[in-house]
Amino acid sequence: MTTGETTDVIIIGAGPVGLFAVFQLGLARLKTHLVDILDKPGGQCAELYPEKPIYDIPGLPVCTGQELTDRLLEQINPFDPVFHLGEMAASLAKTGEGLWRLATDVGTVISAPVLVIAAGGGSFVPKRPPLADIEAYEGASVFYAVRRIEDFRGRHIVIAGGGDSALDWTVNLAPIAGSLTLLHRRAEFRAAPDTVRKMRELEREGLVRFELGQPAGLKGDDGRLQAVVIKRADGSTAELAADTLLPFFGLTMKLGPIANFGLNLHENLIPVDTEKFETSEAGIFAIGDINTYPGKLKLILSGFHEAALMAQAAHRHVHPDKVLRFQYTTSSSELQRLLKVA
Amino acid sequence: MFLKVRMPDGTTHRLEALDGWRVMEVIRDWGLPIKAECGGACACATCHVWVDPKWLSKLPAPSDEELEMLDGAFHVDERSRLCCQIIMSQALDGLEIELAPESLADAPVARLAVGG
Repeated sequence: MTTGETTDVIIIGAGPVGLFAVFQLGLARLKTHLVDILDKPGGQCAELYPEKPIYDIPGLPVCTGQELTDRLLEQINPFDPVFHLGEMAASLAKTGEGLWRLATDVGTVISAPVLVIAAGGGSFVPKRPPLADIEAYEGASVFYAVRRIEDFRGRHIVIAGGGDSALDWTVNLAPIAGSLTLLHRRAEFRAAPDTVRKMRELEREGLVRFELGQPAGLKGDDGRLQAVVIKRADGSTAELAADTLLPFFGLTMKLGPIANFGLNLHENLIPVDTEKFETSEAGIFAIGDINTYPGKLKLILSGFHEAALMAQAAHRHVHPDKVLRFQYTTSSSELQRLLKVA
Repeated sequence: MFLKVRMPDGTTHRLEALDGWRVMEVIRDWGLPIKAECGGACACATCHVWVDPKWLSKLPAPSDEELEMLDGAFHVDERSRLCCQIIMSQALDGLEIELAPESLADAPVARLAVGG
């Protein structure tokens, strides 16, 4: 295993609370790396409701999830955090020097004296259709993402779903597939109009077949798919011959590998104290929606408060020999230099 | 007023509801394990329920946004709704719904449900 980079603090989760943690840790002169399974910062705010208004951020009467994300990114920019996006925090170990060493699912390794878990509701992972034995087909016949288009050349593909992912991959895979059927429960699509137009063109050219319905079952053996059973709105069923199914029903949150980090958990939440927001392991903190304590409210502003107090404790942990002087950004020229405004 | 929710494990719970509350909030507040990931913003489809057919005509029609989000749910049919978009009212006293399995939270939440 590579030894990887060493920093002061690793933050799992680049949602609003993880981002603001960079700010508070930065004021304490602590360097940060962020790891997030999404390919963009913002967490739920960017993934679930980028266009939805948020009304309870202090001082911002209204802003969207994306605006809040953009403003936080601007606010933390002076601290040059390192982002590891599209990577899932996969395993955690303690090094001989007492550092936490985090490895991601793509092999990035980061070590730090402090780990902050700001993972919200967990990792965003694709929704798995509730079809009998679907797990047995995953990896050989059922895929939730396309990494290499070439792997799908000549395959007989069913793409299920009606959003951007379903339509984008329909358009991109149709030219190389053996056959391609788009399966969706209605004739309207929640996708870019231009992509829908391209799909309809491909349908006219005979490269795409569109079926109204939903997946209801899988047929095949030994993990090799032979047909997708579909159910139509009138209750009738049909079989689509296929060796590949790509279900695109959006993402859902799962706690994921964090559950195996050896921390005390309470119903998939991480109990913390309310002075430092530290977990059952010294040097590991949990802030935002993923933690629990008496009176916890899952609000973004609660996570911001938790980040501020956590940063004080994180500083003591990284620099036990140093005193962190409490200062205000309004009056401290030292903090203003860190913020690059003075 | 009450609503009756059938859970994927087959148990049925009669829950006291309050006028103006979202059905999702009533279920969550009684401590039943509903996922409701986005918290009621009509942005995730993890509060998918099947409404008993006899109640369907009493519900306001779903918005385009709700229909779009239902694209991310499974086994959707004419009884399908996102229960964060159903607001309790006198007209819905006694509403009967079934929670779709994909809307079940991974772990039970803190409080135990009490119901008749």
